[in-house]
Amino acid sequence: MNLKRKACEIRKVIVEMIYRAQFGHVGGALSATEILVDLYYKQMNVAPEKVSDPDRDRFILSKGHAVEALYAVLADRNFIPREDLLTYSQFGSPYMCHPTNKIVGIEMNTGSLGHGLSVGVGMALAAKMDKKIFRVYVVLGDGEMAEGSVWEAITAGGHYKLDNLTAIVDRNRLQMSGSTEDVMTQDSQEIRWAAFGWNVISIDGNDLDAVDAAITLAKKTSGKPTVVIANTIKGKGVSFMENRAEWHHKVPNAEQFKIAMAELEAAL
Amino acid sequence: MKSNKQIINDVLLDAAAQDKNIVVLFSDSRGSASMNSFAEKFPAQVVEVGIAEQNLVSIAAGLASCGKKSFAVSPAAFLSARSMEQVKVDVAYSNTNVKLIGISGGISYGGIGATHHATNDIAAMASIHGLRVYFPSDNFLTEKLIRALLKDDLPAYVRVGRNPVENIYRGDENFQLDKAMTICDGSDVTIISCGELVQNAVAASEILRGKNISARVIDMYCLKPLDKEIIIKAARETKKIITVEEHSPFGGLGSMIAQVTAANYPTKVLNLSLPDAPVIPGEPDEVFKYYGLDAAGIADSAEKFLGGN
Ligand SMILES: [Mg+2]
Repeated sequence: MNLKRKACEIRKVIVEMIYRAQFGHVGGALSATEILVDLYYKQMNVAPEKVSDPDRDRFILSKGHAVEALYAVLADRNFIPREDLLTYSQFGSPYMCHPTNKIVGIEMNTGSLGHGLSVGVGMALAAKMDKKIFRVYVVLGDGEMAEGSVWEAITAGGHYKLDNLTAIVDRNRLQMSGSTEDVMTQDSQEIRWAAFGWNVISIDGNDLDAVDAAITLAKKTSGKPTVVIANTIKGKGVSFMENRAEWHHKVPNAEQFKIAMAELEAAL
Repeated sequence: MKSNKQIINDVLLDAAAQDKNIVVLFSDSRGSASMNSFAEKFPAQVVEVGIAEQNLVSIAAGLASCGKKSFAVSPAAFLSARSMEQVKVDVAYSNTNVKLIGISGGISYGGIGATHHATNDIAAMASIHGLRVYFPSDNFLTEKLIRALLKDDLPAYVRVGRNPVENIYRGDENFQLDKAMTICDGSDVTIISCGELVQNAVAASEILRGKNISARVIDMYCLKPLDKEIIIKAARETKKIITVEEHSPFGGLGSMIAQVTAANYPTKVLNLSLPDAPVIPGEPDEVFKYYGLDAAGIADSAEKFLGGN
């Protein structure tokens, strides 16, 4: 499978979903696309027929506002019917703007930042207790790193040497109000995590080969959990959204939508 | 005489021997919880998270989502407030099998001070959708409750105190989860209490009996789901209702009961509770006496309440 092409297709679904609903967090969904594509199409042991399999890998989107990327991937992998995406953000639809485990394939409800990694620590501990080989993946935002509870989880992950746990920080350097460095300094993520006993891999998070190599390396690492600092571009793939804080949750107008879809189509 | 938290330890010690999925999580709280013996006997079924109550609850939820029966044990003050959002999102909203055990609840810590008092936990925990709330009164009820909760896979918050408690029940009473217990019948007034103040309510009813006032006493250990039928029955059959709780006056037992009576059988309800202020420093018995929550104080309030209109 051509995963680069897949990432472009997923981006088109994301932008369409948000344009149709006139709501969504487009920037962070586009920055995390390669991470989700690599995990769901290549690295994770997950499948629609295995959603209750105790040995399945576990995925938590701690930055729950990037849910459009997750819905797009789950629909493409047939966890959920593709037509369900049409109800995204509509009255009464379970496809809300943050994930819930009412949706097939979603493990835990997220949206309030700073919870996912702790939940992942619990899952990874459960695997160790039961001598199971499943792995746990948690995707965090870089703005989310300001939540104190994340550091409780990082401390515990290092303490318990959870080598079956992989955190991936979508380091797009932006959050709602602007640059992460202006809002609350987040530089030196690598040093911070390493100090807590984590194996740190820093990559270009929009380079699928780099993401894949990092996850593969995480799987081979024993005795400590791994964090992948995925340096990404917020709004990746749509020229006028890239690296622009306002596209955290701005919604494209008709003209912008046409340009965005054309750019994504051209990249296929 | 044992504390209710010791009973939780004993029940879990017994149950864990047959069930490897029982996991107890501590936030540097195993000693405070009287659970050192559990930790020593089943180290593989214990997770220590350090002093990090938010992490405690989310990790418990992660374990539960993988089939574990998580018991997150931490002082009620911190568990119900510091980690309230983790309870809301990771336990209740995600619907994970986490039993939240709030130890040393209410004013158990006495003179240690208001930072360690849990006097808002009914209001906080009961307002979270999908979360059951229980305040057992004595050892018998604590054992029955924990054994019942071990059989289901839904979240619940349980508050127990720090200190040894007198037996209220003989031990042969019929226990049914979510059905309040009528400790003694009466026709003039009903005293409804929960948790460890139930023993003071019972003692108050004895004082009142000596004054020819017949007081029914109900142990509403199940705050959510609240046993509404028994409240409406009490409103119909006795003249007035008094509620007694180790909690702030807002959003606790008294508020809940008044809500039921107001809608179903309007009756005067007197709420005896802790004040809307940090409580006076002192041992629990001294503090209860000061606020009229000891047997004599409850009986006195009852007499005055019945004498009025
Ligand atoms: Mg960001």
